[in-house]
Amino acid sequence: MRFIFKTDYEQDIRLFKHGGQVFWYGLLGIVLLAAPWWAGEYVMSQLHFILIYSIVGFGLMMLVGFTGQISLGHAAFLAVGAYTEALMQAAGVPFVVSIASAAAFSAAVGVIVGLPALRLKGIYLAIATLAFNVIVEEIITRWESLTGGNSGKHVKPVEMFGYALESDAAFYYLCLVLATMCCLGCINLLRSPTGRAFVAIRDSEISASCMGVNLAKYKTMSFALSAALTGIGGALYAHKLAFISPEQFTLLVSIELITIVILGGIGFLHGAVLGAAFVIVLPQLISLAKDYLPEGTAALSGLQATVFGLMLVLFIIFEPMGLYGRWLKVRTWFELFPFYRRGMFRRQKAYMKSERLR
Amino acid sequence: MLSQVLQLLLAGVAQGCVYALVALGFVLIYKATETVNFAQGDLMMLGAFFALTASTVMGLPYWLTIAVTVAMMAAVGMLTERLVLRPVLGYPAFTVVMITIGVGYVLRGIVTMVPGWGTETYQIPTPFAEDVWRVGGVVLAVQQLAVIGMTAALCAALYLFFRFARLGVAMQATSQNQLAAYYMGIPVRRVNMMIWGLSAGVAAFAGILLAPVTFVHSNMGFIGLKAFPAAVVGGFGSVPGAIVGGLIIGVVEALAGFYLPEGFKDVAAYVVVLIVLLVWPSGIFGETARKKV
Amino acid sequence: MSFFRAESLSIHFGGVVAVDKVSFEVEKGEVFTIIGPNGAGKTTIFNLIGLLYRPSEGRIVFEDRDMTGLNPSEVAALGIARTFQNIELFEHATVLQNLLIGRHRHSGTAFWEELLFLPRVKRAELAHREAVEKVIDFLDLAHYRESLVAGLPYGVRKVVELGRALATEPKLLLLDEPSSGLNPEETDDMAFWIEDIKKELGITVLMVEHDMNLVSRVSDRVLALNMGAAIAQGTAAEVQRHPAVIEAYLGGPA
Repeated sequence: MRFIFKTDYEQDIRLFKHGGQVFWYGLLGIVLLAAPWWAGEYVMSQLHFILIYSIVGFGLMMLVGFTGQISLGHAAFLAVGAYTEALMQAAGVPFVVSIASAAAFSAAVGVIVGLPALRLKGIYLAIATLAFNVIVEEIITRWESLTGGNSGKHVKPVEMFGYALESDAAFYYLCLVLATMCCLGCINLLRSPTGRAFVAIRDSEISASCMGVNLAKYKTMSFALSAALTGIGGALYAHKLAFISPEQFTLLVSIELITIVILGGIGFLHGAVLGAAFVIVLPQLISLAKDYLPEGTAALSGLQATVFGLMLVLFIIFEPMGLYGRWLKVRTWFELFPFYRRGMFRRQKAYMKSERLR
Repeated sequence: MLSQVLQLLLAGVAQGCVYALVALGFVLIYKATETVNFAQGDLMMLGAFFALTASTVMGLPYWLTIAVTVAMMAAVGMLTERLVLRPVLGYPAFTVVMITIGVGYVLRGIVTMVPGWGTETYQIPTPFAEDVWRVGGVVLAVQQLAVIGMTAALCAALYLFFRFARLGVAMQATSQNQLAAYYMGIPVRRVNMMIWGLSAGVAAFAGILLAPVTFVHSNMGFIGLKAFPAAVVGGFGSVPGAIVGGLIIGVVEALAGFYLPEGFKDVAAYVVVLIVLLVWPSGIFGETARKKV
Repeated sequence: MSFFRAESLSIHFGGVVAVDKVSFEVEKGEVFTIIGPNGAGKTTIFNLIGLLYRPSEGRIVFEDRDMTGLNPSEVAALGIARTFQNIELFEHATVLQNLLIGRHRHSGTAFWEELLFLPRVKRAELAHREAVEKVIDFLDLAHYRESLVAGLPYGVRKVVELGRALATEPKLLLLDEPSSGLNPEETDDMAFWIEDIKKELGITVLMVEHDMNLVSRVSDRVLALNMGAAIAQGTAAEVQRHPAVIEAYLGGPA
């Protein structure tokens, strides 16, 4: 059992709460840095995707998990980031500027999407973001002179300071650095007044505003931040796939993104990474399992959709705190051994109260 | 000119009827449990497939097909509620929405994997097929008239049902405050189950009506997404609102498809819903409520 | 300069006149209580002052500043804090985090500074933490510092609600039925705290209350409302003896 004896306020604010955390995160850091050596080409490719989706996951987690807003249209921000990056690169803009612009432009779009959020809650906001996603997708498809429409756009590998990052390892390190920066940025916000304001808005808008939190300002900020992070992910996504077209940014993709934060564990930043890993790895597992299944159920896309849906349903019913929540329970069991009590994480039984009156 | 507009209107209204039915299905669920059922479109799709099997494989006549399909889908709806929704009673609304999205995926996936269904597109034989009536220069497809007629009949039946049954009041009570509804002796879980059954039945009906237009395939449920704009325009939580909203969306789409450049037809419904949400969120028949602190 | 003044406040919801031309003045450093039977409009007045509702008529003047047209977060920035009748805490956060949100109006750090967690932000955080610790000491909440609000008993949550309001370092504190749901010991504690708030912290208190013992004990002046209108004002003893007040609570002669 571990007791943390606090002697000064700084301990609450510090990044790592105790030596054990330093050790394990350090180990993780070393493993990740050494990846090009132990990971084969296939695994590296998956790691690319996991890092990219983690960045998007951070963005979505800040909005949905910490500010309590709903967005069923985040693929739109992914698209804005991806196309901005593609167009700017084609125009010869240096990478550092183009990715910053992707983030900035996505943030601007995020502000626009956030405007309805100031007045809409719950399902209305979900539908508004959904509608927005469809409209953006259509705009991209129709504006052929700019985006190439359905024929898509090719994207060359990243070029930084004159060097083309063509190798897997180079791109990997770029993604790793960006993911770490985004993660730290989010952590910093969460331990500052802004992060607390977000959480306040999530839990009780009325009392948040009575405590001085300007709802409009912070909701907009949350949308902008979320969109910016997603835009960065989108820019990297464009480079990873080397070819983007409107079909990669449909409503189904938005739902996939939300699934990342739900399966990972809403309300925990770690959940973004775990959810991303899970969503990337799951289709690979299904492909592998396909060999063991009888004929007739071999329609892969059907199987994938079924398993995906089943995971969503089962997780929400049996593990609402997501993968990270499950990890917390396991870790607490070990930490408190043998004093772990079954009811420690149990949800209080709640009866549905009308959210229209929230 | 006028006949063209009339024809467009008819097409729009017919399509709008389908949207209205799907919207009706999930407004029923929303009123009872404040759950937004994103799987409504996929229930519709499953209903269409059941109808397909009933009429082609089992060889049932059209009207019997409808009856059998609606009954079977009602059972599916009730089963879904019992297995998937009941464990999450009391969870926040967003979580329940995600679980319905999951259900939708499962339905789509399973349909794709069933031998004989798969990813092909099929047609259900109907007694109306290609008939047309000519009335004063306007060509009316009997198919469309049938859709409108059957929808109207269903709405009338539902109206009578809610007017003369205690279910309606019970539904409202459970939607506003479940705990209090329990205390009043309302069998909340059974009421919810029946609402889901009813809703799935209505979805199946919509699927059968839609089949001649879009044909039966595993992705036909995506049309169900347009039911959300319909429900919002009509006023979320209002049954007549769902119908009116659906008709409005259908007509707007038909007009947009004809008068506006390409691509607008697909997004017309969504543009409308965005405008409505920004300007008039409670919709036509909706009501706004405010928390009392 | 008057400290706080409500002039002819009225609001109606449709045909129901919830508050009918109520005027009163609160002096700096006093404890002013509003009493009245249920439905008299007491909490509605609080919501009007906090600008959660907009008055149909009348205005609110705080430190000679007309508050018409502000939104709730601006009201908080002026130095008015409130508690809620039905406890509106942030359920999924710890007590400490709830109190720290109370410090929001004093946060002077910008988004970019926080993103990078500059030393300036860190110093500000430590300062906030210290300020909140003072509130925790004042209200004896040390035991519950790290507990999630969702699991706490009702009495403790009421205290946390009070603490959060105090963490904003307000000039005027609005307490909505501070003793409702509390047992006699907790009500006693609440009375001591209200007195301490007035004497040690120098905060003016405007309170809505039902418990007449508490009212008599801590209030300097009392305003009685019935059906949205003011019917009596004075010291607690005077108001309790007032015939109109007795009639409102107990009914008139048969």
